[in-house]
Amino acid sequence: MNEKQTYSKDVVVELKNGLHLSPSVQIVQTAQGFRAKLAIHKGDRVVDGKSMLDLMTLAAEHGTRLRLEATGDDAQAALDAIGALFDRNFVIDGVSADRVLVD
Amino acid sequence: MEIRRGIAVSPGVAIGPALVFGSEGFRIPQKLVAVDIVESEIHRFHGALAASVKEIGLHEELASARLGKQYGAIFAAHRQLAQDPKLSGEIELLIRENFYTPEYASSKVLRQHARTLQGLGDRYFAERANDLFDLEKRILRHLLGERREELTQLTSPVIVLAHNLTPSETANLDKQFVLGFSTEVGGKSSHTAILAGALGLPAVVGVGSFLSDVSGGDTIIIDGHDGLVIIDPDEDTLQRYKVAQFRQSSTAIRLKSLGPLKAETRDGVEVKLFGNIEFPSEVEHCVQCGAAGIGLYRTEFLYLEGGLEPTEEQHYEAYTRVLRNFPGCPVVIRTLDLGAEKFPQSMQQVIEASPNPTLGLRSLRLTLQNLPMFKKQLRAILRAAAVGDVRVMFPLVSTLLELRQAKWILADVGEDLQEEGIEHNPRLKVGMMVEVPSAAILAEEFSREVDFFSIGTNDLIQYTLAVDRANPAVSHLYSSADPSVCRLIRLVVSAAARQNVSVSVCGQMSSDPLFTALLVGMGLRELSVSPNAILEVKQAIRSMTIGQAKEIASRSEMFDVARDLESYLRGELSKFSPELVD
Repeated sequence: MNEKQTYSKDVVVELKNGLHLSPSVQIVQTAQGFRAKLAIHKGDRVVDGKSMLDLMTLAAEHGTRLRLEATGDDAQAALDAIGALFDRNFVIDGVSADRVLVD
Repeated sequence: MEIRRGIAVSPGVAIGPALVFGSEGFRIPQKLVAVDIVESEIHRFHGALAASVKEIGLHEELASARLGKQYGAIFAAHRQLAQDPKLSGEIELLIRENFYTPEYASSKVLRQHARTLQGLGDRYFAERANDLFDLEKRILRHLLGERREELTQLTSPVIVLAHNLTPSETANLDKQFVLGFSTEVGGKSSHTAILAGALGLPAVVGVGSFLSDVSGGDTIIIDGHDGLVIIDPDEDTLQRYKVAQFRQSSTAIRLKSLGPLKAETRDGVEVKLFGNIEFPSEVEHCVQCGAAGIGLYRTEFLYLEGGLEPTEEQHYEAYTRVLRNFPGCPVVIRTLDLGAEKFPQSMQQVIEASPNPTLGLRSLRLTLQNLPMFKKQLRAILRAAAVGDVRVMFPLVSTLLELRQAKWILADVGEDLQEEGIEHNPRLKVGMMVEVPSAAILAEEFSREVDFFSIGTNDLIQYTLAVDRANPAVSHLYSSADPSVCRLIRLVVSAAARQNVSVSVCGQMSSDPLFTALLVGMGLRELSVSPNAILEVKQAIRSMTIGQAKEIASRSEMFDVARDLESYLRGELSKFSPELVD
């Protein structure tokens, strides 16, 4: 497998309050489980998907289109895992991340 | 020159350079560091960061377990943030390249990001800035907290100025270098205040916000008599206080020579002087002053220190430490005397707070309703009583039924120990505090069921006059010289004498030489006083005859107003021991 292989995927933030703390934690924790680098593009801005500081200051609101870009030997798996978070809209244990941390 | 008024809690004058500790508002003490300590400062920063991460981890576990994973996620986010190498990298860079202190660098970086979030326009994201401020506070607390440990590693004399000092911080003050201290918060009966008295450090607490007006190194005068903190005094003031300080130290030297001497009147009547302590480490001071034992060992610090209920072994260890330091002398251990509201947050779930704390669930009432906690302490006391002359004392007894219940539980605990084959002394002496007027009025009845009384004047005055002396609007009503209080004391002393029960006075009244003749004249032969007052009270005892004392006590009965009695006593004291009159 090519170590420099890059995979990418476009996602849309469906969360009512945007990519806030709880979903950001899920992204960071998931991304840290892979060796691959994860870049998240929002327009011209690129942030590190493993950095909580970056994700917090990215301020991706509801409806924002993001491009996920994974690079490295387990890039495809990393991308699938992160993509899955967006697909199920960050629901954990049947509770939407939107339900909490809203206030 | 600026003069701030606070509450005087420990007398004396101290003059020296200020050492300012960050307040809860985290005033950052210094912006730049010296080039040669940059690496050690970076190391300090990482230490504080690691401590913050660990602390957040604990909150995370707790929140997840109690409220659910989604709530734990708040802390997970904070933890991720604290662990983000990007963040620590930015802070480290400022320390290394700009020679910023870790405090300043952390604050700068986090605030910068917070501002970015606030500037986004979206209300939700703007609020996330609070998460960054929260982390900033946490890191600063760990950085400044670490700095506080330097209190034990001082190299030159200072006056410590802080928003607050915990009892353990106060206890750890290095007396060689700490000349005195002042805090923004705190009251007369706070544990920090009591401890300052014990250490003999001039102290003023409850000054209100003043730290921002002081820079480290400013000359400070602590006037522990009038409760003043003087910042950057002018030459006249400084001279005046230097004279006072000189006088104070020559009196102290003279008093010191009294240490090995007995506390007896000129005509040879002995008054046993005991020490009131809070911490085992205070015993040494009492020994030096020639105390006959510990008349009041307050055990609250055991509960307040760790924020968790102490184990039986922790109790036992503290008690036997006191016994080891004071071999062969009696030690009166008072069971927990705390109000529900004073309990650390972490223990609040076992205690139900009450809306009227001084009249509510506190002290013995509280322990009688929390038996496992009470029994743990009683077990340790009974065990310690096998090692030395330990006596147990119940605080805030208001009715005979309460006393009987407490004694019954004590016996029960003794039986348990017996069955378990654990060494203990079931025959230890059992006493009570007389600090509720009902107990003083029924002293006759109570005296049949205890081995000793100790009159706790602080609470007795508060409950007799219905006055909270921490409340400046009514504190003028609070006086040890109030005739009602004196009459209650007489009642207790004569009841005790009839039953041949020993009686002492603890509380601040007994520590004030102004009242020594009165108390001795009323018939008291045991006084338990704060360690720093032992020598003064001894001096007062040694300068009077028993006849004088009786005369003073009998004349005192004629006064119907506290103020008049107080000035009479002052006049008498100035006759036989003028140097003790302030």
